[in-house]
Amino acid sequence: MTATVHRPLGGRIVTKPFLFLGLFLLIGAYFILRRFLFGMGDVSNMSNGYPIGTWVVLDVVIGTAFGCGGFAMALLIYIFNRKVYHPLMRPALLGGVFGYTLAGLAVMIDLGRYWNAFNLLLPWYAQPNSVIFEVALCVMAYITVLWLEFCPAFLERMSPEIRQRFRLDRLQAFLKRYMYVLIALGVLLPTMHQSSLGSVLLILGYKLSPLWNTIWLPLLYLISALTMGYGVVMMEATLVQRAFKTPSEAALFARLAQVVAGLLIGYLALRWGDLAYRGYLGLAFAGDWDGNLFLIETALFLAPVFVLLSRRRASQRWQFLAAISLLAGGSLYRLNSYLMAVQPGNGWTYFPSAPELMITIGVVCLEIMLYLLFIKTLPILHGSTTESHGRPS
Amino acid sequence: MDSLSDHDLETCTVQDLDGYRGTLGGLTRRQFLKYCTGVAATLGLSSLMGLRIAEAATAATRPPVIWLSAQECTGCTESLLRAYHPTLETLILDMISLDYHEALCAGAGHQAEAYKAKSMKANWGKFVLVVDGSIPTKDGGVYCMVAGKPILDVVKEAAEGAAAIIGIGSCASWGGIPSSDPNPTQAKSVHEVLPGKTVINIPGCPPNPYNFLSTVLYLLTFGKPPALDTKNRPKFAYGRLIHENCERRPHFDAGRFALEFGDYGHRQGFCLYKIGCKGPETHANCPAIGFGDVGEGNWPVGIGSPCFGCTEQGVGFTKPIHALAKVQTFAPPTAFPVVNAPKGEGISPAAAAIVAGVAGLAIGAGAMALRGMDDGADSSANPRDGEK
Repeated sequence: MTATVHRPLGGRIVTKPFLFLGLFLLIGAYFILRRFLFGMGDVSNMSNGYPIGTWVVLDVVIGTAFGCGGFAMALLIYIFNRKVYHPLMRPALLGGVFGYTLAGLAVMIDLGRYWNAFNLLLPWYAQPNSVIFEVALCVMAYITVLWLEFCPAFLERMSPEIRQRFRLDRLQAFLKRYMYVLIALGVLLPTMHQSSLGSVLLILGYKLSPLWNTIWLPLLYLISALTMGYGVVMMEATLVQRAFKTPSEAALFARLAQVVAGLLIGYLALRWGDLAYRGYLGLAFAGDWDGNLFLIETALFLAPVFVLLSRRRASQRWQFLAAISLLAGGSLYRLNSYLMAVQPGNGWTYFPSAPELMITIGVVCLEIMLYLLFIKTLPILHGSTTESHGRPS
Repeated sequence: MDSLSDHDLETCTVQDLDGYRGTLGGLTRRQFLKYCTGVAATLGLSSLMGLRIAEAATAATRPPVIWLSAQECTGCTESLLRAYHPTLETLILDMISLDYHEALCAGAGHQAEAYKAKSMKANWGKFVLVVDGSIPTKDGGVYCMVAGKPILDVVKEAAEGAAAIIGIGSCASWGGIPSSDPNPTQAKSVHEVLPGKTVINIPGCPPNPYNFLSTVLYLLTFGKPPALDTKNRPKFAYGRLIHENCERRPHFDAGRFALEFGDYGHRQGFCLYKIGCKGPETHANCPAIGFGDVGEGNWPVGIGSPCFGCTEQGVGFTKPIHALAKVQTFAPPTAFPVVNAPKGEGISPAAAAIVAGVAGLAIGAGAMALRGMDDGADSSANPRDGEK
């Protein structure tokens, strides 16, 4: 394994993009405040027909899929022992930490009676047959595991006096010794809840078009979460490399590309094969709203396969484009199966209201701001020890 | 009666019930006490009252009952024969002494009449009088003669010595079929021919046997009639409209009606109001207790036949079977809102602008990120390869 050194980027924290994001965060915070003062109806278009709105779909279902970078990389690095990818681990983990933590925040905004949420943790109220209960507990556990996994990054940054006083060295040694437990949990838990996010949809029955509603939903959700995890690592690393002029990981990604392409082929084969087996292939080419959404999804998933299997996979630009297409496909899959292809009947319609969207945008902005803050102040990114990559402060 | 302070059915003793075994219609002591408690529950009484019912039902001298039949069809008796908790024989052999009943008497003719006279004389002022059928009053009541006497006189005579009078069935309660227009015999209900007497009415065509049995056991236990409504019907059974407890009520409220027999709504179990169900103006507990001891839903409306209002004077045998009921709670609107009326909020200009803005920003940022990519990438990628 190559010796990898994680170091903080340094540089100014309050930059123009940071302030720009902060503006949207403030707008989002204003509407979040209104939501807690005046209730959900004040800011949201959610209804009895569409009880799941953008907060859940964008911030939780899609947000945690984006946060699967840590999961996907841990699976590859520790389970399949591909240690060459180790430099990508910490940034991916950081993405996971924020993706999941802010998904938790979004759920608290979305829950009508959030003050009852602690009941989830009381065993005598547990409903073990509920998929959504499993998701809730599993996501809570995973957020905890992610922060514990991420702890060493904080501990490494502590000043010697603090390390001395709180005996942080012993804590660090303890964490290092038992990190394998956390890593194992960190791979197990997302397997459980990412597939359960698909199982949740099974209850929709006829409300969800057969193009999406299949008994394979859990597996399809799991595979697409994995591919999105790799996609987000590719995208993040590329953007960070471009913005902060760190060493390119393009060569690493060229090898990762085949893994991703294989997963995508498996996903598409399962999806189309299942559709053909159930005899609903005609719906895909019906030319209507659902059919076209399905074809767009397939195109977005198929494009990265061709790119990543061709010689272009060595090119950073094509890698980036493939990652974007893959993420768009995965997001569209989730958006379709949770919202756009859902027809609750009885005349219900839904489109998120402007305040509802601003809350989601604010949460995403917060995520990016924290990501920028953390990579600048904590040892996240991989770099050589001799060069300074950060901009002079 | 010290046993009454003890609620536990296992440990308390009600007279010598174990010695009584074998005469409880084959019931064990525990089954019998459970049955009595069940009756108490039907009446809405506490389980303690079950013990008092057991006391009353196993009293050494069984209360005598005289059952007179006027212009009737024996439907009420037939209904009673189909009771299973208790069976009729348990009632008439173990709980009451049914001293006279035309259909069930062992004796016949003069023998039966003589025994009735003897029993009435012996139990003057103590027996329970039950009448089924309406009483013809035209021409001195000659249209219904029993043992050579108009039933009108027989009933009047027996009523004088009765401790309590029960009119069972719609005919006895309010006239029933015989009193329907043009009412050729001037048929009247029992309470109409016995002015000044309290007659407990158990209407129904036929009435549910358990309403009768519960009333009888209440009488035996407390020596007074249960709470009655203005038409002298026991409130525990006739206190509410059928409409209030009907299992098809949600269909009524939602505007889902069967419009003719065998149509889609009828097959789906929709509300029968529009094919003439009189549940909305008829007081009875039919939906709550059902008929025939075969489980829930076994009552006219439950099997798709509109209620014809047999327990309600002026409804059963009076209104046309398929005429609309006069809804006593509230009438349904003539038109209901369509079920698929547009609901929920659609897209707003601001939301559209935000989505478009985000999409534009993402595309712009992506394009900016792509710019110049690959230009210097090779130089930074190569050393890494050398490193491994």
